[in-house]
Amino acid sequence: MTTILERVKTALGPEMAGPGLAFVAVLLVFGIASPQFLSAATFGSVAFQLPELGLLTLAMLLPILTGGLNLAITFTANISGLTLAWVLRENGGVDAGVGIFIVGCLLAFMVGAASGVVMGLVIAFTRAHPILVSLSMMIFLRGLGEFLTRGGDISGFPAFVGPIGHGSIAGIPVPLIVFIVCVLGWHVLLGRTKLGFNTYMIGSNLEATHYSGINTRKAIVLVYTLSGVMCAIAGIIMLARFNSVRIGHGESYLLITVLACFLGGVNPFGGFGRVIPVFVALVVLQLLSSGLNLIGANQHLATAVWGILLVGVMILRWVASRIKMSIVRRGS
Amino acid sequence: MRSLIRTHATEFSLLAVIVVISTVLSFATANFFSLGNAFDLLNISAVNIIFAVGLLVVLIAGGIDISFAVAASVVQYCTVIVLGWIGGGGWVSGLLIAGSLGVLLGCLNAFLIHRFRIISIVATISTFNIYFGLLMFFTRGVSIYDLPDWLTDRVILFEHEMPDGTWIEITLPVLVMAICVAATWMLITRTTVGRQLYAFGDNPEGARRFGINIGAMQFIAFGWLGLMAGIGGLIQAHYAQEVVPNALYGRELDVLAAVVLGGARLGGGKGSVLGCVLGVLLISITQNGLNLMGVSPFAFKMIVGAIILVAITLSNTRIERLLPLVGRGTGR
Repeated sequence: MTTILERVKTALGPEMAGPGLAFVAVLLVFGIASPQFLSAATFGSVAFQLPELGLLTLAMLLPILTGGLNLAITFTANISGLTLAWVLRENGGVDAGVGIFIVGCLLAFMVGAASGVVMGLVIAFTRAHPILVSLSMMIFLRGLGEFLTRGGDISGFPAFVGPIGHGSIAGIPVPLIVFIVCVLGWHVLLGRTKLGFNTYMIGSNLEATHYSGINTRKAIVLVYTLSGVMCAIAGIIMLARFNSVRIGHGESYLLITVLACFLGGVNPFGGFGRVIPVFVALVVLQLLSSGLNLIGANQHLATAVWGILLVGVMILRWVASRIKMSIVRRGS
Repeated sequence: MRSLIRTHATEFSLLAVIVVISTVLSFATANFFSLGNAFDLLNISAVNIIFAVGLLVVLIAGGIDISFAVAASVVQYCTVIVLGWIGGGGWVSGLLIAGSLGVLLGCLNAFLIHRFRIISIVATISTFNIYFGLLMFFTRGVSIYDLPDWLTDRVILFEHEMPDGTWIEITLPVLVMAICVAATWMLITRTTVGRQLYAFGDNPEGARRFGINIGAMQFIAFGWLGLMAGIGGLIQAHYAQEVVPNALYGRELDVLAAVVLGGARLGGGKGSVLGCVLGVLLISITQNGLNLMGVSPFAFKMIVGAIILVAITLSNTRIERLLPLVGRGTGR
């Protein structure tokens, strides 16, 4: 019995404590506050809202694990979505076929990857700070998008695009399926592959990793490229959900993705953090937003509460470390 | 001279880039090379420079702050409301209220960072969401156009008609900016506190063992940025003649890019007021020049982003290697 508990404990890891506690607390508080909270409708709306923020958070996660940050995620997603929209519009608009859509998606992936490659190369070869590199990439992509669209939105897609954004298969929303596949993909990538191992190593100590014979530059470029591809997936889902592309869609998610990563126990300096706790943290954030919505508050209050939640978890973590320290001291 | 260039490499290369861009613009456009345009530039950049010198102090102390622009919005809104209560007020009471509110919000960040040992980026992303969420929640996104007369009246401190009939003028924002820049310069180069800030940013543990009060450093750095954010917020309301709750949203990243472009290091211990001001000016001059050249405003950000990206790439690949004359004699 204890070994099973131990195994569950190691599988969940210490990062799980914060988001896990928050998850239970949110369920309890809103379950008591509002009778409709623990219903299929709430979880249905969460299931539809989660993927947008979630995919962008996955794109943010990899760079944070290497000790960096990718501030260009939302605009990379916009530009990728714009690429797909452009391909669809140039090839028949509403009448475009599935083949054109697939070509458009591939081009969108390539555009996302290209933005990642450029950032990765600059970060890996000049040792410039990732915040600054991705920030200038963000400003560039925002400008590029505004220049191409003149600030307007592009719409008019074939009918089969819509269901990707708001259809369901066997009762599970399509975007959620895409998101969960991506979560599992990231989980496997970080836990089972050489690149995942290198990502953690680089985040812990770049110099030591370099001297131990790992090609850190290649790993960094790959990490940012994958981050860019994940942005492209987010961009395609956003295109399907809103049935339009507009530069600035999802801009307000930028700092919330960082918040979700930290809430999921990811170390701000990199090296530590896992995908599943981040996923739970995202569910907590969306549940909070839905719960507040049920009570009658709006999205902006939810944003404020998300911030308060992060501060609260950080303070609890500090209290826990103090208690642990005092126990250790008394024991010695 | 050579050693001066080597110790101030960033400032000199920024200055060189500004001179090159200005020279090109003077020949390419009819209006760039005029005193009137130079003063316009200063008027436009005033608020960003006020924010930038505040952020510089936090960066020197090894922190980062994402929340200051949103804090400035909160200060604007609250200041105007408080001014309404006390029946009008004037510049002195306005600046006092805005300044102290700003310091208060800055100290809240410092409190979270110092008391609970939360990393500054995590703490300020939380407060960013808290400030912005609460501001939008309580104001419902409604702007205030009915400001006191003294706040919206343009204050012209100096005006002069040029031979060609254009007017040059120095307005209040420029004066406030000059005072803020001078005060920050005094603080970080001419006081013991300033030297302690650099030491603390460079090596917090070393500074602590040396007897520097770490808590005081955090409160001074974030309080100073809060003060600048408060003053900048009020000046922005004066300049725009309105208070829009989300007008400054997103400004934090633009200012951060400019400050780091000016040589401040993310990670602390490095940066100068001159470099910081030049960083902001470089971006403003580029935008202004593109405007005068008749480039579509939609393309501004794209070009500015590309310039920053190139600047980072170049500035991190050994200036000496690019400038053989300066590099001679270093022996490397």
